[in-house]
Formats: sequence, C-alpha cells, structure tokens
Amino acid sequence: MAGALNAALRDSMRDDDTVVVYGEDVGRLGGVFRITDGLQAEMGADRCFDTPVAEAGIAGTAIGMALYGLRPVVEMQFDGFSYPALNQVISHVAKYRNRTRGRVGLPMVIRIPYGGGIGAVEHHSESPEAYYAHTAGLTVVSPGTPADAYALLRASIAFDDPVIFLEPKRRYWLKEDLELPVTAPPIGEAIVRREGTTATVIAYGPMVTTALEAATRAVGESGWDLEVVDVRTLSPVDMDTLVASASKTGRALVVHEAVRFVGYGAEIAAELSERAFGYLAAPVLRVTGFDVPYPSAKIERHFLPDADRILDAVARLLEY
Amino acid sequence: MNVSVEVSSAASGPSSFPGLSKAAWQDVAAEGALGTANPHAVDLSADQLRSLYRLMALSRRVDRQAINLTRQGALGVFASSHGQEAAQVGSVFALEADDWLFPTYRETVGTFARGVDVVELLALFSGSWHCGFDPYKYRVAPLTTPLATQALHAVGLAMAAKIKHDPIVALTFFGDGAASEGDAHEALNMAGVYGAPVVFVVQNNGYAISVPYRLQTRASSIALRAAGVGIPGIRVDGNDVISVYGAVRTAVDRARRGDGPTLVEAVTYRLEAHTTADDTSRYRSDDEASEWRARDPVERFLGVLREGGVVDDAFLAEVEAEGEATAARMRDFLFDAPAGDPREMFDHVYAARTPQLEIERALLDQELRAADER
Ligand SMILES: Cc1ncc(C[n+]2csc(CCOP(=O)(O)OP(=O)(O)O)c2C)c(N)n1
Ligand SMILES: [Mg+2]
Repeated sequence: MAGALNAALRDSMRDDDTVVVYGEDVGRLGGVFRITDGLQAEMGADRCFDTPVAEAGIAGTAIGMALYGLRPVVEMQFDGFSYPALNQVISHVAKYRNRTRGRVGLPMVIRIPYGGGIGAVEHHSESPEAYYAHTAGLTVVSPGTPADAYALLRASIAFDDPVIFLEPKRRYWLKEDLELPVTAPPIGEAIVRREGTTATVIAYGPMVTTALEAATRAVGESGWDLEVVDVRTLSPVDMDTLVASASKTGRALVVHEAVRFVGYGAEIAAELSERAFGYLAAPVLRVTGFDVPYPSAKIERHFLPDADRILDAVARLLEY
Repeated sequence: MNVSVEVSSAASGPSSFPGLSKAAWQDVAAEGALGTANPHAVDLSADQLRSLYRLMALSRRVDRQAINLTRQGALGVFASSHGQEAAQVGSVFALEADDWLFPTYRETVGTFARGVDVVELLALFSGSWHCGFDPYKYRVAPLTTPLATQALHAVGLAMAAKIKHDPIVALTFFGDGAASEGDAHEALNMAGVYGAPVVFVVQNNGYAISVPYRLQTRASSIALRAAGVGIPGIRVDGNDVISVYGAVRTAVDRARRGDGPTLVEAVTYRLEAHTTADDTSRYRSDDEASEWRARDPVERFLGVLREGGVVDDAFLAEVEAEGEATAARMRDFLFDAPAGDPREMFDHVYAARTPQLEIERALLDQELRAADER
C-alpha cells in the first residue's frame, strides 16, 4: 500500500503542477513511512519540501496555498500528532466554503497515517476519524486496499473540497499487484468487497483486511457466508450501499479500531436502525476498540478488534 | 518613535556547536535589541496624503455608524477600530492592487480602506452571512475570529505566490493578545524559514478584551519576537499614520523584492470598548483613555495636513459629505436587512449537496412551508 500511495502522489504531481507536497520529513527523507520517497528528487524542492515541526502551521499554510490556486497535499506525521492542527482543520479547512458562501473552496488533502497494530509507543496508534467525520464540511476518506489507496488518493487530490485522508498504517506493507493507473469507484461510494447472505460486516481502513479474514474463516469454521462492505468514504457516507446490504442480509455489525463510545460505528448503527429497521432481524452491533486510551504495545492486540471478535459478534447477531 | 529591532547574528548553526566537554555558552542580551527611533523620509504626494486622510475620516464615520447600528439592533455586535485608524489604514495603504490582506474581526476599517464594500463587509456582524464579500474580488480573506489563525493563511498564500513567482505580498493583522497564540509563532517562524513575502502587522492596542499587555508577555515589545525567528522587526507609533505607512511600506517593499517577511508592531489604543458587548470600566481607567484620546490619530493627521496646507475646507467638506453618504448607505442596507433563505445553509457545505444534506434540507423546507401556511 505504501508504494501505491507513493505512486498516486507522483502521478498526481506529474499530471498537475499545482500539486505540492509538504510536511515533516517528507522531503529528503521521503517521510517516516517513505510515502513521499523520491518526490523531492523528481519534482524539485519547490513542490515537495520539509517543514518546521509545526502541525497547525502545516495545515494553516495549506489553506493559504489552496486559496492561491495550488493543491497542497500535506502530511501529519502520525495520528497522535495531528491534534495541534485541529483548530485550523475545524475552524477553517472545514468552514471556508460555507463561510464564503461557496466562493472559496479549498482543494487540499491532509494525509494522516492512523491506527494501531504496529507495536508503537504512545501517540502513534490512534484512530481520530470521528473527530473529522463529526465536522461538517470535511470529506473523510480511508482506503482499505492498495488499489484503493492509489485510486482514492488520486481522487482526493483532484477533489474540489478538502479531504482528510486516513492511511491505515499497519496496512502500509499490504501487497497487491497493481496495474497503474488503477480505477475505482469515486469518493462517496462504498464497495461490497465480498458478497454474502448471513450478515453484513461494515469496515474501513485497517479493518477491511480483518473483516475479510473473518469472512474467509467463517466459511470453513461455521459455514456462514458474510458480506463485507468497505465504507471507503467515511464522510459523506454512502448510506444507500450500507442500507442495501444490511437490508439484504438482515443482520449487520460495524467494526473499527477506534473507541466505541460516540464512535463512527454508533452513527452507522443508528442510521441503519432508522433506515433498515423493517429488514433487520437483530440490532446492529459494534465491534470496536475498548473505551480506554490506546494501550501499550505488549497488550494492544487485546484492544484491537480481530477476526475472532468479529466472529463472536456474528454469533450474537445470529442468536436473535 | 520609529524604532527598528536589530537582529544580532549569533554564531550558531549545527556545525558550530561548541564541543560539550569544553563547556562554553553564549548569552543572549536580554531586551537589548530594540534600536533607537530613527527618522525616515516617507514618499507621499499631496494627493496621496489627501487619500490617506479621506480613508481615515471615512473609516471613523463607518465605525461610528456601525456602533450606532449595533445599538439599534441592526448589527448583533461590532468590534470598533476607533483610535486604531492610523494603524489599519496606514498599513493597507502600503499595498498594491494584487496584494492580499488577511484581516481579523478588529480590522473592519482597514478592510473597508482596502476597498471592500462596507455593507458586504459588515455581514459578519449583521448576521446575514459569515463572510459577505467575495475574497477573490478584493483579494481580502474573510475577517477571522479564531485568534492568529489567519496569519498562517497569509504565510501559505505568500509561499504559494513565491512558488509561482508572482511578485505579490500578503499582509496580515493580529493583536497583542493573539500574539500569544501558537499559530502566531508558527506563522512568524515559517514565514522566516521560507522567506515568504508576508508582512505581519501587530496592532498592540494594550488589551486583549480586559487583559492588559503586561499579562500577555514579559517582553517590552512584540516586535522583539522578530529576532527570535530571524526576521526583521519594526516598532512604530501606531497613531501616526505617516510612520505606520512608512514602516509597512518598507516591509512590503522588502517582501516584494524577495527579501522575506517583516514583523511590524504598531503601538496604539482602542478608544472604544472591545466590542459593543464590553464594559471597559471593569479593567481600565478613564484617565488612561483620555491620554490616548489626546493622541487621536485622525485629529493628529488632520493637524499635520492643515499645517502643511495639504487640505482646505472644501476638501474636508467633501470628505464629510462622502462619510455621510456612506453612513446613509449602511443604514439603508443594514437596517432591517432580510435574513435570506435559510435553506441556503445546506448549499455551501460541500461543492455539491450530499444525500444527507438533501434529506435535511427537505425537512427544513417542510417546516418552513408549514410555518408559512400558519
Ligand atoms: C483562539 C481564540 N481564543 C479566544 C478568543 C476570544 N477572544 C476574542 S478577541 C480576544 C482578545 C484578543 O485580543 P487582541 O489579540 O489583543 O486583539 P484586539 O481585540 O485587542 O484587537 C479574545 C480572547 C478567540 N476569538 N479566539
Ligand atoms: Mg489588543
């Protein structure tokens, strides 16, 4: 997936010379995860450059750049270090189009490696998607596969509204043979990754792999035929696809790494219960991280939802 | 009191770190860096001087009318610039047509002087829309309320202009209180790192709402901060419009030449309350305000112009009439201004309405229709 993201950045920069990439260590080093590897060498230091350690500064200057006709793609080094930029994101990135009555849109992308499962120290494994999805005016995207990483990042860079692009960092090493450029459904559409009939598992980002693993195991272990839906765009969400799938299978659960309370899954569960109530044989369940600060590396696997926890939840869904 | 900060060149840089075993250090001179007031020649024609006065006098009239409209309920609130006209008008007068301005809620008159239609400008305070003017039309960003955040937007725009090789300058204002925000520091620092063509004008009016300057910083001047980020700093009498113009013009020229940003501290005073919702008697004395009233920037400039024979009664009458006409226009368009269609709140969240926004819009539409029928 890291390679797909790198290729997406490179191809976008080649196609459109208003695209600029910057952030902490993204220039010479190519980013701590090497997502921007080689971009400065190829595109020059005007188009890919390092910044001082100043996240509000990174997000805030991107606003000014977008105002002046560039398409900045900026990196927050880690999820846990994206918070200094939240004021700029919530107060301005999200609101500028509305504030100016549609006159000023901000085409910009904020890339954030997010989520756990990499054995990191504190502040390097967080899932802040709900903060962004809760903010009107933001488009929040998270790819679950390398192909989608390429297609969605390119679409985000070409998008006319600001995009928070959440990269599931534990899947950076996920391999897939890609023939570039990859095409995929646009921003705003969910995808049924695996068709099934027993129940619907709704996932995004790092949990897409986990959900598919659960579905594969379910066939052999229980004979369940799970449908897996990849949300892809967390906001604005493609509820129609989610409602259609839940209505078809009659049972649904949402899975994410982030904490449960007021989490993204709560919104999906509430919407499904409103819009698919008549088709549901069971309440919509949530399979999530626990309501605790992200735990330390040696115990994080007990926090993170895995295929077992998903399959346990499916069993509960089937008890109704 | 046109003072410049000398930026001393400390011998540092990664290669010159002294060997740790040798234990050596360099002391930074505390508060030693503010230079003495130097006179400067400022190049302004009689026509320009009259334009400057006209803008200051109109600004004062606009400000007074806005306060009145607030008392009458036409504006929800207003942040007055009374007393700060020289700092604002003098600054924007130094800009060229293609330059950009990044104002705050405080800079109504600076933004007006930059050419933004006053009725569109006051939409923020009348409550008809957050930003009532087209930023691209005037090359002026919306009046920004989250303190110091707009300084970063100015830096970003200036960086973009530099990348595109456009010889434009971005000027941003912020206050003595806002200077304590992290974004102010990040903006100054990043502008310095990239040599961005930005001019930062801090209007040090002595207060952040009720909190006095000495509770914002222990430093004697905000201009000193320039030295900390390696850029030029200037401290200027913010009630002397010629000095403000001269200082900011120097900074604007420097930025346009490609020599990077400048921090200008304009020392001034807000004669009115923080906003129309504020009560100054709780935190400052009438004596203090009276002292500053004696330094009124508009009166002071008028005195200079009269003495120099630059203005005559006919010109002053013309300006006054224009001020009255502007005030009348404000009354006409802001008093009982229609609220607009509430359904518009769904239209500009994204480039296109999302399915969810369509649902919500339909709901509101239903409510509005039902109310109409009642
Ligand atoms: C981030 C933020 N914190 C607090 C406020 C509330 N607030 C509005 S104006 C103000 C004082 C600002 O003082 P200063 O920067 O000196 O500007 P002035 O109002 O004097 O022009 C405060 C605290 C705000 N607008 N933004
Ligand atoms: Mg102040």
